[in-house]
Amino acid sequence: MNSSSSNQIVKLDWLTVAMYALFVLLGWMSVYSAVYNPEAPLGIFDEAFYTGNAGKQLIWIGTSFILIMLIFALDFRFFESFALIIYVAFILLLIAVPFLGVTVNGSHSWFKYGSVTIQPAEFSKTATALLLAKYLNDPQVSLTRIKNQAIAAAIVALPMLLIIGSNETGSALVFASFIILLYREGLPGEFPGLLIGMILLFVSSLLMKPLSIFLVLVAFAGIFILILPIYERRKPSTYLRAVAAIAIIMSLSTLVDFGVNHVLKEHQRNRIKVLLDPSFDRRGLGYQVTQSKIAIGSGGFWGKGYLGGTQTKFDFVPEQSTDFIFCTIGEEFGFMGVMGVIVLFLFFLWRLLYLADQQRSRFARAYGFGVAGILFFHFLVNIGMTIGLMPIMGIPLPFFSYGGSSLWSFTILLFIFLKLDSHRSDMLSR
Amino acid sequence: MLEGRRIVIFLVFAAIGMVFIGKLFYLQMVDNTYEKAADNNAIRKIIQIPFRGEVYDRHGKLIVYNTPIYDLYVTPRKAVVNDTNRFCALFNVTKGYFDSTMHRARVYSRVKPFLFLKHLSKEDFARIQDAMVDYPGFSISTSAFRTYQSKALSNALGYVAEINPNSLVDQPDDYYRQGDYVGISGLEAFYEESLRGNRGVKYRMVNSNGVEKGEYKKGQLDINPTAGQNLYTSIDIRLQEYADSLMMHKVGSVVAIEPSTGEVLTMVSAPSYDPSLLAGRNFSTYYRQLALDPLKPLINRPPSAYYRPGSTFKLVQALVGMQLGSLTPASVFTHAGAPVKCHNHNTSHNDLHNAIQWSCNPYFYHAFRKILYDNTNGNTYERSAQGLQRWSDLVANFGFGRKLGVDLNNEKKGNLPNVEYYNKVYKGENTWKFSNIYSLSIGEGELVVSPLKMANFAAILANKGWYIPPHLVKGVGDKKTIDPFYKTPVSVGVDAKYFGVVHQGMLDAVLHGTVGGDGKIPDIQMCGKTGTSQNQKGKDHSVFIAFAPKDNPKIAIAVFVENAGFGGFAAAPIASLIIEKYLKGRVDRKDVETKFMNMSYLANVTYRRPVKKDSLGK
Repeated sequence: MNSSSSNQIVKLDWLTVAMYALFVLLGWMSVYSAVYNPEAPLGIFDEAFYTGNAGKQLIWIGTSFILIMLIFALDFRFFESFALIIYVAFILLLIAVPFLGVTVNGSHSWFKYGSVTIQPAEFSKTATALLLAKYLNDPQVSLTRIKNQAIAAAIVALPMLLIIGSNETGSALVFASFIILLYREGLPGEFPGLLIGMILLFVSSLLMKPLSIFLVLVAFAGIFILILPIYERRKPSTYLRAVAAIAIIMSLSTLVDFGVNHVLKEHQRNRIKVLLDPSFDRRGLGYQVTQSKIAIGSGGFWGKGYLGGTQTKFDFVPEQSTDFIFCTIGEEFGFMGVMGVIVLFLFFLWRLLYLADQQRSRFARAYGFGVAGILFFHFLVNIGMTIGLMPIMGIPLPFFSYGGSSLWSFTILLFIFLKLDSHRSDMLSR
Repeated sequence: MLEGRRIVIFLVFAAIGMVFIGKLFYLQMVDNTYEKAADNNAIRKIIQIPFRGEVYDRHGKLIVYNTPIYDLYVTPRKAVVNDTNRFCALFNVTKGYFDSTMHRARVYSRVKPFLFLKHLSKEDFARIQDAMVDYPGFSISTSAFRTYQSKALSNALGYVAEINPNSLVDQPDDYYRQGDYVGISGLEAFYEESLRGNRGVKYRMVNSNGVEKGEYKKGQLDINPTAGQNLYTSIDIRLQEYADSLMMHKVGSVVAIEPSTGEVLTMVSAPSYDPSLLAGRNFSTYYRQLALDPLKPLINRPPSAYYRPGSTFKLVQALVGMQLGSLTPASVFTHAGAPVKCHNHNTSHNDLHNAIQWSCNPYFYHAFRKILYDNTNGNTYERSAQGLQRWSDLVANFGFGRKLGVDLNNEKKGNLPNVEYYNKVYKGENTWKFSNIYSLSIGEGELVVSPLKMANFAAILANKGWYIPPHLVKGVGDKKTIDPFYKTPVSVGVDAKYFGVVHQGMLDAVLHGTVGGDGKIPDIQMCGKTGTSQNQKGKDHSVFIAFAPKDNPKIAIAVFVENAGFGGFAAAPIASLIIEKYLKGRVDRKDVETKFMNMSYLANVTYRRPVKKDSLGK
């Protein structure tokens, strides 16, 4: 109970912290490279340096360090005790944003205080993870029960819907990553299975003609029926079920088509079309994907060397420092560099999952899986969109991308977990 | 049980990571289109085109040089034009042109320079230069046009134009790009690689807006341009202009060679054109006009036009006959028994000298028969074949039926019939004999020559048995280098001793023979031979070859005037005037000069293509 701060430092998972520091450093180097002007290089002691992205990012990194100190200064029970209050506070902020917020880069989802702009949506993920973990900490709660499932879903859905309401569909989709947390905490496997199935159906409806989907389904149904025991095969209901399943899937597929063409907004539809055909809208969205691929593709095996990139340095890739920071790594450090980053990131995620499973309290464990899930989702979408495997969504690469809100929110997200982890022997297992 | 879910979750993570690595491997290692696209994106190649080499005449007089011209480019994003009317007045364009061009420029790119106005003159440039500061976004780019000191020699010089798409594809060393200028014909084409120099390349990094961001790889890949090399020609531009003026209103060729060196002094192709027409901003208009002209002024006739040599070829027969031992200066043949007609001349003692002086057709009919049949055996078919083989081997030494190797691209081989040729024509061996081919004896039949070959033959006569391959350029570049080929004498295999009687016959042909009074130069001993070249359509072509002075000759010449009739009428007087001008520096026979400058034979010219293949490659 009476834990000294030196004790915490010893118990802090330094491996994770080291990887965090490495990611932040690599990210800063990439931001520096992206804005680096070979004709007039600025040193970090130039005043003008701090008006540029690299200088500002240095300030964000410094302030992140202060945030970490603050987190460690708080009592570890604070996060569980105040989870609901934090959650409610951010819900209120999300509600307030359309009325009190300002527009930054075409997105009306920011609060401005002085020269600092903050996007509450970034932080609401942490708040949601905390509340979800707190809810699951109740031993009465079992995710196999529909009532508990519904409450958990509501906790996730509320901020998600509010963010969708402010037209930040990309940020809202991040909340889908809580399926990982819920799955670990006992949600039946059918749910993530169904989600993956839906995604597969969605993609195949976009890529394939309805007739081909139908034929594939019929073939699958035929094979499925053939491997059933003979008495099952004789029942007419088996065939009825198969026909019903095909009908449902086909109508869902039609629904997807309808949804893409009539429900999605023009810019969202275009993002999906670009994904399927990069030559679509070559000057606009397609430009971004194409330039991103050119930048990465031109890196080759070893890359062009640090500060040696031409594509990323000369503004060919829009949103270079923020959402497309991965291009800089791809161009300057080549295949070895990006492979290193991916392998390191996977190792980082593995470490978080491992630490989470070590927790004695369900709160800390659930939160840990939430953190891993959120980070993974960003990793998936961000790198996926720079190499043309994912639609373009305004989603940063954790720790790497330029931006105060993003760096702060990921730092807080991660270090709350590390704080909880450093207290794992103090927590009671329930 | 739920513990194991961590593994499931991580496997999903790892699977996604593997997919990413696979895709990245494809992007970075397999597909190299991205690498090229990156270079196109960020590296701008700036081409620096050096000035083309200049061309000088044999006395160091400048013939061709370069005039800088200026193109006006606009970068729409930066362009600010407050007073459009003033701007249009300054650049002398209409408001409509301004609006439409600006629109096209914007459609092309807002940030890249677009060609606004082509080919401003030096005068325009001077006028505009000061006003340029008022129009940001407009910039001037400099290039150059060929400029000519003289209107003569255009056909031999050739012209320079934008490379055509076919040549662009066919080029061996991948030097030219679309829009590059290249020598299309004449010396401009033959000496293209020396004249053009080597263009320089600067690589600059640019950002996405096309703004320069410094040297690429610290300029290691940059290449400095090297200036084109000058051509020092053997042409006497004054003589060329004079010959040009004599060939006005005529179709034909003049080629004059310095016998001792093989240097071409003058090469006229008539009709010609003003070379500056094809060097200005209106190239396409004038090119069309010239290309469609039925008299084909664009062709350089001397090395490429096909004619029969006519009676000038009798000199070859005389020399070859003596060398083969079938003729001596004393050989006498009468008119009797020959199917060819002759002019009315004294035949009392018709020896070789007399036959050359009077261009006696029957004499050379009999002589050729003897050349073919001497020292042969078998029937007349076999003997004709044996004789012709021997004959054609020797005649080929004079450059007939093959290229002489002049430094022009469009030289044609001509035709020298040999055994193989007739076997093909008559479809089989021993199917033809002397009676089928006797036209050769007087330079008709299947013989085809170019004016250049006949001028070279005149030089062979002057040199008594050898020539240096004719060439128009004495030296390339500051070191005046020249291919040793143009320094090496070639022997024709006829002994010098046989030339005396031929020279004497030629001298007398001029003085009291076939050449009329207009072709005589009072104070110069000129050896000449007239020819009348038969052709399928229209009146005979007038041909004359000559060299002068008789002793230590300085000039050898061939003149062809199409459809002008007998060689003594038009070609001989023109040749005599050019020789007089060259040897004396002036012409005393003003009446003859005026007469032939004004003489026109165009009415007789039937618009037949004078060469088999258009040298423009159409």
